[in-house]
Amino acid sequence: MQTNGKVAEFSTGRKRQIILRRLSPFLTVLLLLLLWQGVTERQIISRILVPPPADVYAAFTAALADGTLAKHTMTTLGEMMYGLLLGVGIGLVLGYAIAKAPLLEYVLSPIIVAFQSTPIVAYAPLLIIWFGTGPSSKIVTTAVIVFFPALVNAIVGIRSVSPPLRDLMRSLNAGPWLTFRLLELPSALPVILAGLKTSATLAVIGAVVGEFVGSGSGLGVLVIMARSQYNTPLVVVTVLTMTVIALSLYGLVALVEWRFLVWQRRAAS
Amino acid sequence: MRLSVENIEVSFPGPAGDLLPALGPISFEVADDQFVCLLGPSGCGKSTLIRVLAGLLSPSAGAAYCDRELIQRPLAEAAIMFQDTNLMPWRTVLDNIALPLEVAGMSRPERYGAVRKLLPQLNLENFELAYPAELSGGMAQRVSLGRVIVQQPQVWLLDEPFAALDALTREALSLELLRLRARSRQTIILVTHDINEAVLLADRVIVMSRRPGALVADIPIDLPRPRSAEMIYKREFLQLAKRIRNCIEDQRA
Repeated sequence: MQTNGKVAEFSTGRKRQIILRRLSPFLTVLLLLLLWQGVTERQIISRILVPPPADVYAAFTAALADGTLAKHTMTTLGEMMYGLLLGVGIGLVLGYAIAKAPLLEYVLSPIIVAFQSTPIVAYAPLLIIWFGTGPSSKIVTTAVIVFFPALVNAIVGIRSVSPPLRDLMRSLNAGPWLTFRLLELPSALPVILAGLKTSATLAVIGAVVGEFVGSGSGLGVLVIMARSQYNTPLVVVTVLTMTVIALSLYGLVALVEWRFLVWQRRAAS
Repeated sequence: MRLSVENIEVSFPGPAGDLLPALGPISFEVADDQFVCLLGPSGCGKSTLIRVLAGLLSPSAGAAYCDRELIQRPLAEAAIMFQDTNLMPWRTVLDNIALPLEVAGMSRPERYGAVRKLLPQLNLENFELAYPAELSGGMAQRVSLGRVIVQQPQVWLLDEPFAALDALTREALSLELLRLRARSRQTIILVTHDINEAVLLADRVIVMSRRPGALVADIPIDLPRPRSAEMIYKREFLQLAKRIRNCIEDQRA
């Protein structure tokens, strides 16, 4: 009985620890908000530089009410989605091809490395010149920036497929499609999803950088417009909107991970 | 099915670009329904020979035949059990055993039905939804064995299947293997470096030399079947084991 009591005690202690761990990110946010409120209330920093939460909230409801926020958010979201589809799609397909044909890596590496090591902000103007100030240039900047993690993780994922399992599939006379579906894809999935998480957060950067350089609408444009009107609260609202978008996309991929990688969770526990 | 190994040699490219002989030349025949153990020091090319018989590796010289058919690619009648359990960590026990049937294009209810019939013999009834990481070493090997049996192969190619297990689990699984095989007799080639395991299981033990492995001795094991764990203390068993040990030691000298 005594040991049972101890076990129960131990498990409640552990439970408390887990709850605390789950709550701590929210506590951080709460603390930051309080700090923000305090700093602005006591005028430690000028309200023009750091607007108080109430002003930001007011700017938020105003932007929501007249539809500006929704309009610009939809533009950016659309660019991001198409950019993600394009960049991740090409990245995965090319990554698979490179993993299968190492020669391809040598052929393509100068282009890929050059694209990746040059700051996107520097060549975004070129993309605007080529693809215009409409959404297509932002789709391309997003695609370029999300392409790399998808590519690298597809290569790593496919190359790390266990050779004995490849032998097993061969011994069963499985063709290329079955080997892909039953072995390569599930085996590479954890690595590919990790890459997708990175891509998801980078997508916002790609779209907004494109919008900064030249665009008629989108959250990047809204930031520039608000700043030129010295509407700092609106700048903050727009930036926070981008944060929320990036986090939601990340969360979406994490959800997919949670759904498909049951076996990894079970193995870890 | 009959297996013939005719003057097989395998070489692998070495670090200096030259060819390093890994196996052979070796020749032998395995009659229909015979259980043969390949015994030899590690690195002698036993696993390489199994890969040739499985159609996963082309020999540098010579050829292997299955019922007179040249083995060039994996045969549908043969199934291989690999050194490690070699299970797919993302598949449950059920789906791991069902894999060969899925590759063969069988529908889900059909293959699950076939696997569920097999689970009691493998002592895995309560584990069909477990993942490999949740299994003990012995259970994982039984899943691996199930993946061979579900193919109903005429030829079993077993590459040190129990090497990673502790001695007791290993013996239990070996006898299990004999019991499972007794229902329908197939040709079995099992690679091992354990003399007792070889004598306990086989109709015949082929002793191989060090790398590149050649045939040193071909010893028939005429112990009665069914075999049991008790047998390893019998005089006949000990004599056979001693004879095999001498073969191995002779070539070491």
